[in-house]
Amino acid sequence: MQGFVTLIQAAVFFGTVIMFGCIGEIIAEKAGNLNLGVPGIMYLGGIASLAAVFIYEGSTENPSKAVCVLIALVSAFCASALGGLIYAFLTITLRANQNVTGLTLTIFGSGVANFFGGSLNTLAGRFEQIAVPVTSSAFRTTITPLADLGIVGKLFFSYGFMVYLAILCAIIVHRFLMHTRAGLNLRTVGENPQAADAAGINVTKNKYLAICIGAGISGFGGVYYVMDYIKGTWANDGSIEKLGWLAVALVIFATWKSINAIWGAYLFGILYWMYMYIPGLTRSSQEIFKMLPYVVTIIVLVVSSMKNSREKQPPASLGLAYFREER
Amino acid sequence: MTEEKKTATTELEENEAPAVHEPKPLKEPIVRIVKREDMKFAQRIAVRLTGIVLALLVSAIVIYAITKYNPITVYETMISGAFGTRTRIWSTVKEMLMLTCIAVGLAPAFRMRFWNIGAEGQVLVGGIVTAGCMIYLKDLPSPVLFAVMFCASMLAGALWAFLPALFKAKWNTNETLFTLMMNYVAIQLTSFAVAKWENPFGSNTVGVINQNTRAGWFPTVLGTQYFLNVVLVLLLTVFMFVYLRYTKHGYEIAVVGESENTARYAGINVGAVIIRTLLLSGAVCGLAGCIAVSGASHTISTSTAGGRGFTAIIVAWLAKFNTFTMLLISLLLAFLDSGAGEIASKCKLNDYASQMIIGIILFFILGSEFFINYRLIFRKSGKEAA
Repeated sequence: MQGFVTLIQAAVFFGTVIMFGCIGEIIAEKAGNLNLGVPGIMYLGGIASLAAVFIYEGSTENPSKAVCVLIALVSAFCASALGGLIYAFLTITLRANQNVTGLTLTIFGSGVANFFGGSLNTLAGRFEQIAVPVTSSAFRTTITPLADLGIVGKLFFSYGFMVYLAILCAIIVHRFLMHTRAGLNLRTVGENPQAADAAGINVTKNKYLAICIGAGISGFGGVYYVMDYIKGTWANDGSIEKLGWLAVALVIFATWKSINAIWGAYLFGILYWMYMYIPGLTRSSQEIFKMLPYVVTIIVLVVSSMKNSREKQPPASLGLAYFREER
Repeated sequence: MTEEKKTATTELEENEAPAVHEPKPLKEPIVRIVKREDMKFAQRIAVRLTGIVLALLVSAIVIYAITKYNPITVYETMISGAFGTRTRIWSTVKEMLMLTCIAVGLAPAFRMRFWNIGAEGQVLVGGIVTAGCMIYLKDLPSPVLFAVMFCASMLAGALWAFLPALFKAKWNTNETLFTLMMNYVAIQLTSFAVAKWENPFGSNTVGVINQNTRAGWFPTVLGTQYFLNVVLVLLLTVFMFVYLRYTKHGYEIAVVGESENTARYAGINVGAVIIRTLLLSGAVCGLAGCIAVSGASHTISTSTAGGRGFTAIIVAWLAKFNTFTMLLISLLLAFLDSGAGEIASKCKLNDYASQMIIGIILFFILGSEFFINYRLIFRKSGKEAA
């Protein structure tokens, strides 16, 4: 039982990171943009929050927790949205290829983040290990009275606020896309930009907004990873990149519905950590187990394309640039 | 669902309404964008060079802001870092060949508009198989061992590309996402192989394979151990150039890439072309893995591909399927990589700086493509337009 509880907890921590990335990517893909820059964007979000808070905590005597959290979230959102803006400008205004631009954004984002993550100390003229204890503890504060409720408390209430924020985000984005006028417009842009344009929807504006806001949300995944998952430090081990690609995989797994991303993210978490709880695995066979999330995603992708059900397809014009004068 | 349909119709009505009641005065936009196909070769080069120069300027500003180095010193340092000594030149050339080889492999797939994002994985499986051959078959005579290694790595890469191609051909499964996922399966497979073959035990690295016997290492010819790398990659470059441009296969690939319906109408078996092309694409990427293991690092790890599979996608795309241009772009990237690494180590900063700079430069090159494909027409004056 104890093992089960820790597995679920690990899955929730893991899942929350990729859920944020996934929700942001769903918004962008629904507007017809396959943004392969998600890992880069998550990197930008993570490093921006870390750097901003590092400066704030270093310059203030008694940093306030609320201000720390606010600074972390706002700076991450801005940096990630800025990354999204580069992608949007290149793919929409300059009509560069989406895949190539997205991959470049990933290279750029991971370069920037790992560079500053690794040299923030040197640049700031301090030599201790980079750490933001106040902010990290603020992010990890649990909903105190409920976390003590035995197993139920541990399973559902032993997390920082970002875990619940992710679920809330998924629900809000789902409501927005499926039940509002603006959401409908956005989906039309992703399915058939010509029709959307003819109906008077501003395709360019919709795409720009979807990408930038989506990138901002994806960036929160980076914040959660840095502040909660690795407790306010930095590691140049490329794990955000792996998680970012899993977020892209999760979009497929969730069949482009953010509501499915909630359980999908936790399922990915369980699949990823399962090897820890299966007795008798050697270190090499553990690695085989870590393939599971990717293999499951491939299976979902293949099955949904074989079934050819319209509900579960990617947006029709995903990955294609829209140029009004072109037929 | 019904609710959505309703909103869709009201949406239309509302949007039509203002157009009927109060027509807005027509105004020409300030800038119009027109497609162009007539740009001269020299002009294209000029646009690209402008992009690169702008990118280098921006990178210089970024580097200056961080290190306070004089930008000229920075580029001097970069040049000496990439070409300063014989070892450095070879390390840059090795990197360039690696990128070119993968990009050459990707070229036919991209020519067909098949988004093979899976080069990273195809390179890795090629590398795993090569390392496996070097470990288990080290007692074979050298020529046989090389033949086995080449064939096995090409088969492995081809298999890795075959799966997405098959499903694309049969069920139109999204190949971008499929090949992307295959990368991570390959990465885990590499971790598995590393854990299995680790040497010494507990180090979680494979170490240099056959350090003493040098079995399965590319031989040293004309004083360089990279002779075979150069020959193989140049042969592949020429082969792919000819294949894409002057053969029936190449023509079919181009037709499928332009329009699948046209291809079908012309009697081309689209599915077969997709599968055949991806087998070739994967095989070349697998061979790149073999070159990386047997011809360069003599070990296998997840960084055997090290993101080059992704960078090569950008190389292949920017070169517009011209394999000789790929050599140039790869050289630029390899230069930046080793050059920025030198700056980083001089300033005691970490060498991710090179990734950041490569990112900036690629953004500019991607952006400059726009000015090759499109022309901007500015509104002449306010009155005239109205």
